[in-house]
This record gives sequence, structure tokens and C-alpha cells, in this order.
Amino acid sequence: MFDFLDGYDVLGAFWTTVQLTLLSAVGSLVWGTLLAAMRVGPVPLMRGFGTAYVNIVRNIPLTVIILFSSLGLYQTLNITLAAKDTDAINFRLAVLGLIVYTSAFVCEAIRSGINTVPVGQAEAARAIGLSFSQVLFLVVLPQAFRAAVGPLTNVLIALTKNTTVAAAIGVAEAALLMKDMVEKEAQLLLISAIIAFGFCCLTLPTGLILGWVGKKVAVKR
Amino acid sequence: MKLRKVTAASAVLLALSVTATACGGDKKDDAGSSGGGNKITIGIKFDQPGIGQKTPQGYSGFDVDVATYVAKKLGYNADQIEWKESKSADRETMLKRGDVDFIAASYSITPERQKLVDFAGPYLLAHQDVLVRADDSSIKSPADLNNKKLCSVTGSTSAQNVKEKLAPKAQLQQYPTYSACLTGLQNKVIDALTTDDSILAGYASQSQFKGKFKLGGLKMTNENYGIGVKKGSDLKGKINKALEAMVSDGSWDAAVKKNFGPAGYKNEPAPKIGDIKS
Amino acid sequence: MTSVLYDAQGPRAKRRNILYTAFFVVALAAVLWWVYASLDEKHQLDWALWKPFFNGSEAYTTYIWPGLENTLKAAALSMVIALPLGAVLGIARLSDHMWVRVPATVVVEFFRAIPVLVLMIFGNELYSQYTDVSSDDRPLYAVVTGLVLYNASVLAEIVRAGILALPKGQSEAAMAIGMRKNQVMRVILLPQAVTTMLPAIVSQLVVIVKDTALGGAVLTFPELLASANTMSGYYGANTIASFTVVAVIFVVINFSLTSFASWLEGRLRRGKKSTGAVLGVDETVNIPGHAGTGTAA
Repeated sequence: MFDFLDGYDVLGAFWTTVQLTLLSAVGSLVWGTLLAAMRVGPVPLMRGFGTAYVNIVRNIPLTVIILFSSLGLYQTLNITLAAKDTDAINFRLAVLGLIVYTSAFVCEAIRSGINTVPVGQAEAARAIGLSFSQVLFLVVLPQAFRAAVGPLTNVLIALTKNTTVAAAIGVAEAALLMKDMVEKEAQLLLISAIIAFGFCCLTLPTGLILGWVGKKVAVKR
Repeated sequence: MKLRKVTAASAVLLALSVTATACGGDKKDDAGSSGGGNKITIGIKFDQPGIGQKTPQGYSGFDVDVATYVAKKLGYNADQIEWKESKSADRETMLKRGDVDFIAASYSITPERQKLVDFAGPYLLAHQDVLVRADDSSIKSPADLNNKKLCSVTGSTSAQNVKEKLAPKAQLQQYPTYSACLTGLQNKVIDALTTDDSILAGYASQSQFKGKFKLGGLKMTNENYGIGVKKGSDLKGKINKALEAMVSDGSWDAAVKKNFGPAGYKNEPAPKIGDIKS
Repeated sequence: MTSVLYDAQGPRAKRRNILYTAFFVVALAAVLWWVYASLDEKHQLDWALWKPFFNGSEAYTTYIWPGLENTLKAAALSMVIALPLGAVLGIARLSDHMWVRVPATVVVEFFRAIPVLVLMIFGNELYSQYTDVSSDDRPLYAVVTGLVLYNASVLAEIVRAGILALPKGQSEAAMAIGMRKNQVMRVILLPQAVTTMLPAIVSQLVVIVKDTALGGAVLTFPELLASANTMSGYYGANTIASFTVVAVIFVVINFSLTSFASWLEGRLRRGKKSTGAVLGVDETVNIPGHAGTGTAA
């Protein structure tokens, strides 16, 4: 029944999906947090930059961003991100594109988390003489992150699914494999079921586990 | 009050979107009446300059010229032709279902395809080749492609052919279109673009690229371009006659010169009908 | 909240801010200059590549407008089909009967767990192998199928959240005057929930518009992004220019939709005659423990 799988590296493709997801998740968490810090910070220009970044990036299709990172950054600006062969370059560029896109949503999720922190917390922190970065990174963000676990989980799940867009620049992940298989093999339903199952395995547990974590760490007020 | 306003607003939105889709529906009905009456529907490529390209003035390219000539011989003027885009993967299905009367879209005759559709022609003998920058003389044989960065469109057979048989160490970059490959080739990130020499010549012939690119002349495969018709269709014989006429009255040469000339493409002589080079 | 994070600025803080601003400007300018210089060096800024977009309208009438039309058509169709489907699924998830609630939950969770692109590829092959939809329409059907399946599930969650966001008194009062469950839902809850959900629905439209681009890149749907491909074939591989123009068009459309949604949300929140419950633009993101957000590609 599964003979048609011969010659296709299904697990390898999903491993690529997982790698894309994890690397982009870490990257966009860092960059998204910085963006959020800019957006709530005291420097007007940085606030403007953060707002503009989020509003522009959120409204461009990810497909365009990914194609741009390959065509613009690699083919035109010759940015190879220290990789040598084409496959590695495309993979890294896909990660970069996913970070650029996802960080806009991470930024918004963290901002929504910051909004849940009572004003008194920041006021008290300022009253004992903490600077802005101390207020933000020592007092507000730790609490904001605990409240933002839910929204961030959703961003992570969306990111997992969004890695399929990397197929547009030829990164050999699950969706590209599926496209290849459905065109060459006859078992459409079976192939789709396998790919769907793979994604369910990745996204559903993420939702359940992080949902539980989110409840655990939530600040009781 | 407020509720009613908002509901009204959403109703308007809904109505707008419905009308938008309804308009789309009407247009489709017009296009659906292909084949019948005094119109002929022909499948071509829309994004291959020199072969079949949609332009603001209409359609242009070698396939378009051939198809126009054939249609004329079949009794249809240029304004009676309805052009349809036929992507590579869709060609057999389009013929089988009768969406188009015939297809001239860089359509190579292969034994697998002959099982599904009939071919008139061939009308052009092309070869898989590479397009390189005009100042690059490092690629003289397929083996030179090893360790080079090679570009082609996603899922194309030409790329697989090089990777699997001719130069296994070539690095393959795949994009949705050849234009994307050309951007990289221009910027020296891609070393060579591979596909049929006719398509490459078509790109290189565009005025913007004059003197920038050249063909490698590797002749890696033979591609016999034929005109695809529905299996068992009586169009095949008529189209073959038209193709013969096109070669004998010189229109064929004129079309080749017009579409591929500027690239310095040395075309093969017009193939004899039914002479399929493997 | 924002201004609460830092003190009113004294002279030193002001000086420091100016310093930060200067640093930031220099860094940003350096990056922009480098991009500009590299693009210029690679002749990507040549007038010939950009001319079609500023000189005459043929690029728009031949390529961009037909593409945009397809993008909007697919988005509108998907929304119109997904909305009632989502409403049914969302209400079914609130049902008191297990045999209604459980299947609806499974369907919603399943389609939210799978990438839209996978659903589109599936749809495309399904139509090509098992139906005789013409090859002209197939990509549109496939794109709409993928978008409907995914967005109906997301809308189901929005509908559910919208109904749950209404004050409990509404349904209690309705039941107190002797309405059936069916009547409570139909006459009392749903009409109010529609208002509540409107901003979230409009912002979901942004997601749909963005997702249509998948059909252009991976299937052969002739939408806006794909039109950039055909276009760059004709204008001498001006890929960077074409993609930039397309990206700007997407931003303009989606930014106006987002702004409209925020305006709607503000207006509804300020409104006095409704129940005051409003499901915000980003609020569907916050339904705890649930997959899927407005962030799909």
C-alpha cells in the first residue's frame, strides 16, 4: 500500500520543515521582542520605525517576502548568509524571510502581553529608580511573556504552517515533496493524508503543550 | 440604530463581493463557447518571449506565428483566434477535454505524450542548451556544468536531465519563471540557465538583452516541437499540410528570423513532417 | 501603558535619546545606502526596468489589473463561501448535543492544523483527477477550496468567540421570556454577534487576500503575483521592479482593510446602544489553547 513512497524522503522533508520552524521561531522571537521594545520605547524615531515595519510587513503576502529574499537578497545583492551551495543558501534565505515576516506578529503578540501588565508594576519600578530598559526587561517583559504565551503559541503554529511557502524558492520541505508526489503518483488521497497527518503531528501537540504551559505560567491577578 | 447601520454596511459589502464574482462568472461564459462557431481556440505559452508571450499589443513569438499561419490555412483569420494559456502540466488535459482546438506551446513530441494526444509536425527541432553571459566561455560541454550554478523552472525536465545524467555535481536553483533565473544570470549569481535553445534564444533576442547573453550550443537533447491535437482528431492531417505550406512559401524562415534572429541562434532546417529525431 | 514605562525626560535623557536617534538614523541610512548602491551597481534601478510602471498604463491594463481582478475575485468568493460555512461550524461547536459538537470540533481543528498551501495542492489535483473542471478555472477552484476550508474553520472560531463574548444576561433574559434555544441563537445572540465580530472578519479578509498569492507562486493561478512573472518576461526580466510594484499594491489594499477594521472596532466600542462586547482585530489570536491566527501566509 505504501510502495509509492519508495524514492521519496518523507521524513527528511518533514525534518526540513521542523528545522525551518525552529530556527525561524528563535530568530523571530529575538527580532520581534526588539521590535516590541522599540514600539514602546522613548525614542520617537524607533517607535515610528517599529510601527512602520509591522504595518508594512504584516500586509505583504509571505510568498512575496520569500521570493524577494531569494531574488533580491541572493540573486541581486549577492547575500549568501555564509552558505556555499544553492540548497543551503535557499534554506537560510527562507529562514530569513520567515523571520522578517513572523517577527511582525511576534511583536504584536508581545505588545498585547505588555498591555496585560498592570500600570502599577511599571510605576513601582520607576519609583525605585529603574531606567526604561530595566523597567522593560526586568519587570514588564517577564510578566508580559507569561501572558503572551497563548498568542505566541498561535504565532508559532502559524509559522509551522507558513514554512510551506519556502517551496516557492525550492526548499525541499513537506509541501514541495507533496507537490512533486501528487504530480507523479496516483495515490492523491493517501499522499495528502500522510502530509496532513505530518502537519497535525507538528501543530496539534504544540497547541496542547504550550496551551498547558500558558495556563501554568499565567500571572494570577 | 447603530446595529442596523452596521448590518446594512455588511450587507453592502456582501452585495459588492457577490456582484464582483457575478461579473467574473459572465466573462467565463463567453470564453466557454470555444470550438464552435467561427472561432478557433489555440493554446500557447504566455510567458516565453520569442515562443509565446503576452504583450500589451497582443501575443507574439514563434509558436504564435506558426499557429496564426496554421489557423489561416484552416480558414480562420487572426481576429477569429482565441488564445489560451496552456501551462506545461495542463496541455494533455486541455486537449483531451476540448478546451482548445490545438496547442502550439514549445510542446515536445515524446512517446509518453503520444499515448495521450496526437501530434502534427514537428515544426521545429530544438535542443536542450544553456544560456550564459556573453563574456563567459567556461562552458563548452555538458560536463563543464559540474560545480556551476544552474537555473531552471521548478519541476522542469531539463534541469533534472542535467542533474541526473550530464553533470551530477551541478547546483540546481529552481524558480517559478525563467525571468527570475535571468535576474541571477545577469548579476553573476547564476552561471547558466538551461532549457530548450529556442526558448533561450527567444529570451536572448529581447532588445533589453542585446549582447548580454549567448547560447552555449551544447545540444544536450533533441526536442521535436509538434502541434498537439486531440487523439484521433482529423485536424492533424490539415495542420501537417499547413505546416508544409509554411515551410515551402518561406513564411517559416521569416518567422524564425523574426523571433530568434537577434540572438545569433543557428536554427536547424525545418524538419520534415513526421520526422521525429530521438 | 506606553508612556508609563519611562519617566518624563530630563536634560540627560533627552541628550541620550538624541544620541540613540542619531545612531539609529546612521545605521538605517547605511543599510539603505548599501542596498541602493548594490541595486544600482547591478543595474536594477535602470529606468528601462521601471519605466513600464511610470510611463503609460499598458503594464497595468495588460498584466497587473487582470491579475488584481483574479486576486480580488478569489478573495471575495472565498469570503462569501467561508462565512456561512464558518457560522454553521461555529454554532455547531456551541451545541448542547455531543454528536453535533464533536464532529464540528474535529473539522475545525483539523483544517486549522494544516497549511493552506497543502489544501490548495490537494484541491488542484483533486479537480484535475476526479472532475472535469476546465483548466482555465481549475487553479481558481483549487485556491478557493483551500481558502474556504481553512478560513471557514478560522471564522468558526471567530463566530464562537463572538457569541461567547456577549454578556450572559442576553441569553438568560431571552430564555426567561420563554424562547427556545434555537430562537435565542437566531433572534438574540447571532444578530448581536455579527456586530461584535465585524472587525475580526474584515481583518481575516486581509489574510485571505495575502493567501491568494500562494496560488500564483505554487499553482498556476493567474493572480497579482503571477502577473508579475508574466510581466517580467516581457519587460526584460525586471523581476525586482515587478515584485516591488506588486508588493506595494498588496500593502495598499491590505493596509486600507486593516485600517477599516480598526476604525470599525473603535466605532463599535464607542457605540452605546450595543452590548459593548466587541471582538477586536487581534483578539481571535487570544483565544487560549487554539491553533491558527490571522498570521497564515
